[in-house]
Amino acid sequence: MDGLAGYLLRRLLFLPIALLIVSFATFYITRWGPGDPISVYSGQYRDPEAFERVRHKYGLDKPIYEQYGIWLRDVVTEGDFGVSFRYRDRTIPEILGPKIWVSFRVGLWAFILSFAIGIPAGVLAATKQGNAGDPLIIGSFLFFQSIPVLVLTPILVLIFAAKLHWLPAGGFDGIFSKSIIIPTIVLTLPGLAGIARLARAATLATLHEDFVRTARAKGLRGDVVVMRHVARNSLVPVMTTVVGLSFVGLVEGAIITETLLGIPGVGSFLFESVTGRDYNVILAMVLLTTTLFILANLIVDLALVVLDPRIRAQGGQLR
Amino acid sequence: MTLAAQEVVIGEAEEHQYRGESLTRRGIRRLLRKRIAVVCLIVIAAFYVTGILAPWIAPHGWAEQNLDASFQGPSWEHPLGTDRTGRDMLSRNLYAARTTVIVTFATILTGSVLLPLTLGMLAGYRGGGADSLISRTGEILASLPGLPMLILISAALRPRVEDWIENVEEVIFAGWMDPGLRFLRLCGTGRDDVPVECDHPITDTVFDDYFLLVFVLSLFGWVGGMRLIRTQTMTLRDTDFVLAARANGASTFRILFSHILPNVLPLVIVGVSASLGAIAAAEIALTFLGVGVQQAGPSFGILIGEGASRTVMENHPQLLLIPAAIVASLMFAFNLLGDALIDVFTPRAR
Repeated sequence: MDGLAGYLLRRLLFLPIALLIVSFATFYITRWGPGDPISVYSGQYRDPEAFERVRHKYGLDKPIYEQYGIWLRDVVTEGDFGVSFRYRDRTIPEILGPKIWVSFRVGLWAFILSFAIGIPAGVLAATKQGNAGDPLIIGSFLFFQSIPVLVLTPILVLIFAAKLHWLPAGGFDGIFSKSIIIPTIVLTLPGLAGIARLARAATLATLHEDFVRTARAKGLRGDVVVMRHVARNSLVPVMTTVVGLSFVGLVEGAIITETLLGIPGVGSFLFESVTGRDYNVILAMVLLTTTLFILANLIVDLALVVLDPRIRAQGGQLR
Repeated sequence: MTLAAQEVVIGEAEEHQYRGESLTRRGIRRLLRKRIAVVCLIVIAAFYVTGILAPWIAPHGWAEQNLDASFQGPSWEHPLGTDRTGRDMLSRNLYAARTTVIVTFATILTGSVLLPLTLGMLAGYRGGGADSLISRTGEILASLPGLPMLILISAALRPRVEDWIENVEEVIFAGWMDPGLRFLRLCGTGRDDVPVECDHPITDTVFDDYFLLVFVLSLFGWVGGMRLIRTQTMTLRDTDFVLAARANGASTFRILFSHILPNVLPLVIVGVSASLGAIAAAEIALTFLGVGVQQAGPSFGILIGEGASRTVMENHPQLLLIPAAIVASLMFAFNLLGDALIDVFTPRAR
């Protein structure tokens, strides 16, 4: 396991380095553009003296490198990510906490449904290889994947809220309310094709193994073979990959879905913060998502290494 | 003999027959045998041709208002009706298609062909420091959350890029590009009869928005293709025919161009087809969020955004449904074609 431990160590060491580079780049890019939050909020008819005083208070009058040094020092020594400029000096965790909780609950159903529909559909498609069922399942999922979130969301609102009046047109009030249905559909459908295809490929690879033929030869029913022998062996790596992939998909989808439906989650908040030039909030959110992305990728890769001895054998080949 | 087995035998026979063919040509021939792929190619080609020809076939300009004719239904004058300010929807959709065509084409050229090819072959063939630098940069870019970074960068860089373009165009483009832009109807609203300001060929048009979009999308788009090409180049570097070429005294440039390039080209085709849909979707999403093509310009992001507003949607759903249907069918064609191409060019994955 020495190769694996070394690999894990190398990948984990990459995280702080990546975060350092990403934080500097983001810091620089956000503060490079003209205008700062204070000038955005103080408007055109401001008192120049007060303006300078506020800028000085937040250290915005210093050179960018110095500002970054101060920010980095505070983050490393005190875990302090600075204050929000838009929300009157409230700290980042205070503001982001509730937003993340909302987005988490909105994404939860989509996450569960992606597994519950995508994986069985993929296995089913694999067992139907060679007849019409296989291309039908994969093709219809591919169709759903092709409809951008941006197109699907307003169409669903048009049908179910504006015309039929079955569902509310937006907002969010809890995980068991009607308002969760449209975001769940929108966040689930595009990811299904990828999951189903992975499950299909994994199942197909296992279907032709010797032990499956043995199981059939000893007279087990077809569906029992698929459930007990094929699915159990083929789906573990799929599961872990899917966790990583659907997480990425959910984060990306959330920005547009939340903005369109007026859901007060991190997705719509990120967009507002960018337009409002709320530097520290943007930076904290970018670093948070980057960390989660890197960890998700690491988990996916590790799962594959642990589960597939062939990859482990060539440990030196790993990135 | 089962159907699958028959196919294998036929496939092998054909393989034999066409052995002299290049990888790329064989792939294209196989692709044209797939009916779905051909249908997708036709849909995409139709979209691209319509997009390019937009200035000549659109009956009106994309921003030409007529307040007396707002929210009209389909008629001979306006086949797809008009929007709130009486702009012709057919023309707006046609010009939006042109935006998709220009942005995808330019992004593909830089972000899916030029950058991945040069960086991938460089990293794979040279190895060492160049490889580390390119691979690590790619790793960091790939670990960033895509859409949030695209929003952030295009929002933050917009004023800088606009300043820069303004300075550059004063020096380089002023004057001589005028007739060309006028011919392509990139100035003003896309009509000859409407007086247009074309003094600043880029900043007065939607070109600066295109430029920024292409820049940002290319910046994040090259990593995947680069990795594929890098790995393939590393494998090819150690093959006998490259060794033979080197022994014959071929220069690095010659080895890369005439020995390695033809063998990595199928990967480029797969990469292009896989990213086309994503690029088109990203342009539409960024525009919708207000950081892509700006309000005055034509884009499906703007059309869908306007159509999705509550009152418009309830009373005039066609303003949302028409651009939505166009975008969805284009994406479907891209995805199906991408699938077929992966089948054709990476036979081992089948």
